[in-house]
Amino acid sequence: MTAQVITVTSGKGGVGKTTAVANLATALAADGRKVVCIDGDIGLRNLDVVMGLENRIVYDIVDVIEGRCKLRQAMIRDKHHPELYLIPAAQTRDKNAVSPSDMIRICNDLRADYDFVVIDSPAGIERGFRNSIAAADRVLVVTNPEVSAVRDADRVIGILEAEEKGNPALILNRLNPVMVKQHDMLSAEDVLDLLAIQLIGIVPEDENVIVGSNRGTPVVLDPKSRAGQAFRNIAKRLQGQDVPFMDLDKGTGLWNRIQKITGRK
Amino acid sequence: MNPQEETSLIQIKGIRDGLLATFAQAEWELLQASLVSQIDARQSFFQGARLAVDVGTQALGVNELVGMRDRLSDRGVALWAVISESPKTEKTAQLLGLATRISKPRPEETRTPAVENSSDETALFISKTLRSGTRVEYTGTIVILGDVNPGAEVVAGGSVIVWGRVRGMVHAGAQGDASAKICALDLSASQLRIADEVSASLKPQKTPRPEVASLNNEGKLQSEVWNID
Repeated sequence: MTAQVITVTSGKGGVGKTTAVANLATALAADGRKVVCIDGDIGLRNLDVVMGLENRIVYDIVDVIEGRCKLRQAMIRDKHHPELYLIPAAQTRDKNAVSPSDMIRICNDLRADYDFVVIDSPAGIERGFRNSIAAADRVLVVTNPEVSAVRDADRVIGILEAEEKGNPALILNRLNPVMVKQHDMLSAEDVLDLLAIQLIGIVPEDENVIVGSNRGTPVVLDPKSRAGQAFRNIAKRLQGQDVPFMDLDKGTGLWNRIQKITGRK
Repeated sequence: MNPQEETSLIQIKGIRDGLLATFAQAEWELLQASLVSQIDARQSFFQGARLAVDVGTQALGVNELVGMRDRLSDRGVALWAVISESPKTEKTAQLLGLATRISKPRPEETRTPAVENSSDETALFISKTLRSGTRVEYTGTIVILGDVNPGAEVVAGGSVIVWGRVRGMVHAGAQGDASAKICALDLSASQLRIADEVSASLKPQKTPRPEVASLNNEGKLQSEVWNID
């Protein structure tokens, strides 16, 4: 087994990186994959909260790097899936406690025994971001249909291209089809037109996401949630399956338009 | 290798913006080893330092610069600028978001007039989309096959020609050439400048058409839709 290391990043904060990591990791585990997620946001950890594992943290990633515990001791088993683990960030340290080579070493230690390593990158393009992408085989860029988020995503994609990190794929998060229809929100086409990278999923705006994050139960576990379905589809695509895009706004032909866009690539 | 040989490969001195390491002409790996050993020998001095590196004429790719940056960051040293006479290295450094100039004027400014003389003939050709945060500077004309995205900056001594959309900032005639032009298939720039004139009021068009922006007789910046007839 050789794990694929996937880093989720965005540039701008608050677009849903942590939510995406928690949901994709959970969906991959639900498909029977062995998954480890790593919180790369040293000093501002919250992946543990979103996954509902906060009260189980004993050791964190800085303890591993500084030799206070073994890697396996810092891995927290998920509540729902026995083959899903979290390596939490340290809350009392900062990004300088970790270097890019530390991340590469940890990921290489995990590669032999797992299918996926999913890294949650901090916002920004500084040290924490560099650490998070150092080991990545594949990068997912999360953005919202907002001008500021798209511009930061563009910057991040530029840096990834310069670092020769392969082709990043885009997750367009919190799209509201009604607002798009009223021309109050950027459409998927507008975003793809500017960023010109492969689209791996569109996640519709869904209140259940916030409820799930607060309860520590990722929304993919809710079979009825549309956002959950979108994340499950992205997880399938990460496993190499060809899953059609969801019809976000039944009957308006958005799906046809998206198909047209992706078919062009 | 004895330490004296090592230090002669790299000279490190303090400048206003931090430290400047000047590399001698030598094998890249040798220079790297020498830099790292100098830092390791005086860890407390280098801890948290901002380092600019003058690599001379070496042509370096992404791998070399990223390797150096990571090795430095492992030792608590932040690489912020790479100064080079090689256009390839400068381009790489710009792609990585590193500065390629420091406030100290470089002694070898002689190349500027050389380019000025030939600015009618020499152009920098870029065949990719410039994303946010990228800055391209050139003393002559710049030709871009791709878009200039919002947040990207293009600064040319001569004209700027873009086969694509311009949505970022473009400055033509940056050294005062009022005859410089900006041409693009879609000119919905956030800001255009020609020589000292600034225009920020370009409205994105519903149906984009090729446009040429230049300074008119009154010295004001105006743009005209390019007409085939």
